[in-house]
Amino acid sequence: MLLKLTCLVPLFPLIGSIINGFFGLRIGKNAVGIIAAGSMALSFLTSILVYVGYLMLPEGQHVFEQVVWTWFGAGDFSVDFGFQVDPLTLVMMFVVTGVGFIIHVYAIGYMHEEYSFYRFFAYFNLFASAMLLLIMGNNFLLMFIGWEGVGCCSYFLIGYYFEKKSACDAGTKAFIVNRVGDFAFLLAVMYIFNIFGTIDFSEVMHAAPEKLIYAGEAVTIITLLLFIGATGKSAQIPLYTWLPDAMEGPTPVSALIHAATMVTAGVYMIVRCSVLFNLAPMTMMVVAGTGAATAIMAATIGMTQFDIKRVLAYSTVSQIGYMILACGVGAYTAAIFHLVTHAFFKACLFLGSGSVIHGIHGEQDMRKMGGLKNYMPVTYWTFLVSTLAIAGIPPLSGFFSKDEVLYHALMDGNIIFWGMGISAALLTAFYMFRLVFMTFHGESRVDPHIHPHESPKVMTMPLVILAGLATIGGILGIPLFHGWHILHNWLEPVLHFDLAHALEHSEHMLHEAGRHAPSWAHLLNPKEHNLWLEIFLMAFSACVAITGIVAAYIFYIKRPDLPDKFTKGQWGFELVQNKYGVDELYDSTFVKPTVEASHLLWKECDAKAIDGTVIGVAKIIGWLSKQARIFQSGFVRNYALFIAVGFISLLLIMF
Amino acid sequence: MFEGTVPLEHYLTLSAVLFVIGIVGVLIRRNVIVVFMSIEIMLNAVNISLIAFDNYLNLSNGQIFSFMVMCVAAAEVSVGLAIIIALHRNKPTVNLDEFNLLKW
Amino acid sequence: MELLIFYPIAGLCVALALGVIFNTSPVGSAMCLIGMMLGLAGIFVLLQAHFIAILQIIIYAGAIMVLFMFVIMLLNLKQTASADWVARDKNRFISILTGVLAVGILYKIIDITFLAELNSSAELPDTFGTVATVGEALFTDFVLPFEVASLLLLAAMIGAVVLAKPKLD
Repeated sequence: MLLKLTCLVPLFPLIGSIINGFFGLRIGKNAVGIIAAGSMALSFLTSILVYVGYLMLPEGQHVFEQVVWTWFGAGDFSVDFGFQVDPLTLVMMFVVTGVGFIIHVYAIGYMHEEYSFYRFFAYFNLFASAMLLLIMGNNFLLMFIGWEGVGCCSYFLIGYYFEKKSACDAGTKAFIVNRVGDFAFLLAVMYIFNIFGTIDFSEVMHAAPEKLIYAGEAVTIITLLLFIGATGKSAQIPLYTWLPDAMEGPTPVSALIHAATMVTAGVYMIVRCSVLFNLAPMTMMVVAGTGAATAIMAATIGMTQFDIKRVLAYSTVSQIGYMILACGVGAYTAAIFHLVTHAFFKACLFLGSGSVIHGIHGEQDMRKMGGLKNYMPVTYWTFLVSTLAIAGIPPLSGFFSKDEVLYHALMDGNIIFWGMGISAALLTAFYMFRLVFMTFHGESRVDPHIHPHESPKVMTMPLVILAGLATIGGILGIPLFHGWHILHNWLEPVLHFDLAHALEHSEHMLHEAGRHAPSWAHLLNPKEHNLWLEIFLMAFSACVAITGIVAAYIFYIKRPDLPDKFTKGQWGFELVQNKYGVDELYDSTFVKPTVEASHLLWKECDAKAIDGTVIGVAKIIGWLSKQARIFQSGFVRNYALFIAVGFISLLLIMF
Repeated sequence: MFEGTVPLEHYLTLSAVLFVIGIVGVLIRRNVIVVFMSIEIMLNAVNISLIAFDNYLNLSNGQIFSFMVMCVAAAEVSVGLAIIIALHRNKPTVNLDEFNLLKW
Repeated sequence: MELLIFYPIAGLCVALALGVIFNTSPVGSAMCLIGMMLGLAGIFVLLQAHFIAILQIIIYAGAIMVLFMFVIMLLNLKQTASADWVARDKNRFISILTGVLAVGILYKIIDITFLAELNSSAELPDTFGTVATVGEALFTDFVLPFEVASLLLLAAMIGAVVLAKPKLD
């Protein structure tokens, strides 16, 4: 039974991490690289075997659960250490292990100069293991372990160059900002246990329509808390500020953790809990609104940045905004579809930027690049393909996934969401081509002492593979005709949701509670799939993308003086370039008061009250000991005296 | 006033007084020989009560016991004095407080 | 009549015991101790324990005290230095404690003794305390302790010889 291999998938990277972490320095860099990438390859192959095993499941069974052991039990609360395999998990497994493997290979080349090579790969593998635990766990707590594990590895890897203060600060920031979301997630898990008495995914999802009232307080609070958790991990408003700073880490880290996998964990979690979210229309509005706002806001910031990796970071925030928007309008398939394609092209973009940075010896400022097309052709072409994909040029993968998100935003949401989405698409095309033009085209602004060079094969091969995936990834969900959407059919068992059934139960529960049930009949009207509208939207968004590209071309190739003219002295531009001052706002509202309060607690409470008490107790004991030292004279006869004193005391007490 | 036999209490009191004198001797003197003698006083004080109770209860056990006490005392004195001689050979003093080699 | 004999002897014993611990010269202490032993032998006679009284004189007043005198002479101990006597300043507390303890323990023992309200003593046979009676008990009921005691004495003898040898080798 091939599904029995499930537990090996996260185990391989864990073993690799342990070997590299403990013996990495001794076994040499080649061995470390082979172990790290090899464990990911094994994990990927095992995933394929698990997939084959899953296909052999009997008809009608969509979920396979493997309980490795019962983790702990307290009263009626018991948690299994178990994995579950269903279509959603399989998709994520392939993304994590596949893209993860490619980036591991790339990292071998990219990190080769580093002394702490082994440390990097130990964390990297550990991350992969935690991420797999996150997506494969069969209950909320196990997911939370993975959730925390990836956060922890993210912290380690952002702070990889720990001798650099900015890297340390960025790591700390990521960790603390994430903690806000994690806390909300944990609260949600507790609430879920309170209501359902279990935290097993399949049990909760199965019982949800019967235990929760549609649009009731409980489900709204749970989903809102879950969503806050998602905003932390997936870098959405208001907790997105950590992701751009996280670019202090090595570029493969940015590619794997902060673009392809970890930051999409929030999206995965929302899709995994889609049943709960379907029951909470208010939360859905919040989710969709947040996603759309993040998409457009991050895109505007991305236009103004000059650090190549920061542009990509804001682009990531923006693209995840799309996914969240898709979740918010109930288009979970579109969210996962965009997640997968995004993993391909964004990983490729990050690795390409890493290749550029590698080629010009660590320079990240786009103003000091330009004209690199001729020096690094492979990087350029793969980068261009991925940029076209993210900009939404047909028939590359990004076109299909983004288009599907926008279509659903219009059909299941409203025109405002669609408007925000399409504006963000325009901006995306613009800033991505701005990036390409500034980096690869035009005059070379590279420091004349530096001779740009193409990266070695071990780095360019992953780029080629990822660019290929970014090109053809769209076939997973060719949207036009019903039934052709492979991903939709594949995910159907996970996302299946019977709204009528849930509403019936809610009405019943409300009647029992003696409350009046509102009329929900209009929710049940079936929505028509409007083929012509979709074709029109596709054409429109392609036009929008081309408009963005042309605009970028005009601004950065034809008339390089234009950007300066437009931006100089504009307060709006400066506001955007300073990221809307959100960092400063958080600094003054949350960070400073916290730091000052901590300072006060340290000086007054800790140093004076607590330390004072402790030292005072120690001093009292010292004084008492000084008094008691009289008895400890060192003369045996004195001790004899005390024996006699004890004897007479006994005598006095007993008679 | 001086009629009749001596009551048991008086023997016990004598025993107690001598015992306390022995204790005080052990506690206040630093001359090792005198400390030894004080221990002998204490042993003897106990012997008095043993034999007084024997007399009171018409038994022989107390006398046997005090016989044993004497044996032990003899053994103790012979060994103890030998130790004192050995000590004195290494450190010519009988002041107990100066024998502190074993005291860290 | 017995009381008339008891009190002087008892008083003498207490006085000599005090003499033992308060005498500045070891020889004086030893002399007082011999006197006290002899007085106690008198007390034992008063208790009709003739055998023990004899042993007291032979073993204690004789053998053990000779050993004491022998060691004192051997070590050539004269008047003790004042360091032997004077309480150290930092030991004042302990000195006071010793005094309180001495009075306290004495008071308590006597208190208990007199509170016990003893019956009048048993009628004693003529044979009480004679060599024959004690010896019989010693060699019948207590023969094992007796043999053990002999072993103890043998061990003590060997030990004393070994310890007092000039060089332990």
